[in-house]
Amino acid sequence: MSAPLLEVRGLRTVFHLADGTWAAVDGVDLEVAKGEVLGLVGESGSGKTVTGFSIVGLVDPPGEVIAGEVRFAGEDLRAAGEERLRELRGDRIAMIFQDPLMTLNPVLTVGEQMAEAVLEHRATDERSALAMAGEALARVGIPSAAQRLAQFPHEFSGGMRQRVAIATALLNKPDLIIADEPTTALDVTIQGQILFEVQKLTRETGTALVWITHDLTVVAELADRVAVMYAGRIVESGPVGEVLDAPRHPYTRGLLDSVPDEAAHGARLAQIDGMAPRLDARPAGCAFAPRCPRARDECRTNDPQETAQGARRVRCHFPLAAGEAR
Amino acid sequence: MSEPILEVRGVSRHFTRHPTLAERILMAAGRASPPPVVRAVEGVDLAIERGEVLGLVGESGCGKSTLARVVTGILPPTAGEVRFEGKPVAGLRARERLDYLLAVQMIFQDPFASLDPRMRVHRIVGEALSVHRLVPEAEVGAAVDRALADVGLDLAYRDRYPHQFSGGQRQRIGIARALAVKPRVMVCDEPVAALDVSIQAQVINLFLELRSRHQLTYLFVSHNLGLVRFLCDRVAIMYLGRIVETGPVAEIFASPAHPYTQALLEAIPRLHRRKRAFEPVQGELPSPLAPPPGCPFHPRCPAAVARCREERPELRAISPGRVAACHLLEKG
Repeated sequence: MSAPLLEVRGLRTVFHLADGTWAAVDGVDLEVAKGEVLGLVGESGSGKTVTGFSIVGLVDPPGEVIAGEVRFAGEDLRAAGEERLRELRGDRIAMIFQDPLMTLNPVLTVGEQMAEAVLEHRATDERSALAMAGEALARVGIPSAAQRLAQFPHEFSGGMRQRVAIATALLNKPDLIIADEPTTALDVTIQGQILFEVQKLTRETGTALVWITHDLTVVAELADRVAVMYAGRIVESGPVGEVLDAPRHPYTRGLLDSVPDEAAHGARLAQIDGMAPRLDARPAGCAFAPRCPRARDECRTNDPQETAQGARRVRCHFPLAAGEAR
Repeated sequence: MSEPILEVRGVSRHFTRHPTLAERILMAAGRASPPPVVRAVEGVDLAIERGEVLGLVGESGCGKSTLARVVTGILPPTAGEVRFEGKPVAGLRARERLDYLLAVQMIFQDPFASLDPRMRVHRIVGEALSVHRLVPEAEVGAAVDRALADVGLDLAYRDRYPHQFSGGQRQRIGIARALAVKPRVMVCDEPVAALDVSIQAQVINLFLELRSRHQLTYLFVSHNLGLVRFLCDRVAIMYLGRIVETGPVAEIFASPAHPYTQALLEAIPRLHRRKRAFEPVQGELPSPLAPPPGCPFHPRCPAAVARCREERPELRAISPGRVAACHLLEKG
């Protein structure tokens, strides 16, 4: 196998707060190949967003990436300077955020800011940059794209704005897109339109995609591989079909059981009791132990190491056998 | 069939803004037209049977939350009537009106915005009991404790403030507040949309427990179709202010009749599907300021014919217990 497009090893991102320094991302390993879709799944506070920000070097104080390696097409991004990162971002690496207003400038027209994204990275003139912007808007299904270029972000609906943000991300045909909950706030029909565009892009241009979400159903349908995060760590990863059909980590099992999708009508859902630990109150041993029905003494004292089996990895002292309930 | 516990007949709810002074002068002089009217809910008929869980489904902006607020009496309808236990609520006075307002409780989507940040939990939950003198003042504390225990909150939390709780716990406080006044109907507006997946399951299980413990009727407003399929007995699909299809959940999910219901169900991601080739639904919800003529769904409908662009289809029975508003479903 050739080297992956993105390779993350031992990534550790901490936040320096008044009462101490806490690790939001605590030793994360990831890889994504060209044309591959990785679903990065986790609940709020699991560190999935901070992982995305750490990869592209967008962690601001009080956050700090303190350890690990981030290799993009062989280049060490942690060693790269801010200038080099700016060159890469918006060109080879694009990011899509949950709230498109975060990426869109309210006082520039959509055309102006999209053209700027092209001119920043390409030796071309404004006319052809605007033409590219128009094409990108049409590609994500925005009607009368040429007229829309002259409008401001506030003149677009939520779903349209997210499509503008996605069109902007696609402008320079990036090699890697990191998308953080990009469709969470949208209706299912709009989500379907966006997933359609994103899927087309990975298929046609070989763009790799890291799709950060809490929604397992989207991951099931979109991703090739999935990595499940809990309390700053990846607790299970592997090919989507294998992980979702036969999860090995009790947390993954619990998340799947929490989705009412396949449950019998009106039956009690198999819930995970309790809540995810706060950043400053992670338990000793396995962070999931207090909520885990399989936890034994060892889980409460010893941190489980990651074990690999083929393409699958799991971080658990007592992983589930195939098909086993929690 | 017995009488529905809650019913809306021909209910519309329109929103408009008050014209400014300048606009009023111009309007009086015939130089300006009145401000535009948003027809959030338009001519809705819907009955909730005693003890059932009715799902109300639609995309953002379709009017489902507005309809929920009309049903609970938070918003008066612009036209049509709401009937509670057989009586029009507009005609209820004093004690009867209070009885309706207390019997129909609402759970809101945002557990951060729906609790007063300056009130302690016991006051939030007990306020209605004291204000309406539902129990003697000396017994309010015990009633609050019962409500908190009912939703699985530790009684040690009764003196805390909302900000000291997580989203899931706050939602439980909101549910305890509603339960404290012994409601018969709970109108839940996207009650788990803001919660994490594992916490969602906990709250959904709580809804199931409370339903059987207190013989509650639910109107469950949601855009989460997987959840609706799981939780609801019947479902009503709303589009641009109108109901387009109603029927038992199992039947609608097995064979949706209205093209919009079909598109909506097709768009839900499912756990068991892998690497699906997504097929987008064309277009977006049109603005309720300028709804299209004819069938409101025709601009997005793959099956639309000329008639759909001109004439709006009425809801018609398509099989026992099922109605849909679509010209293409007419027989003959």
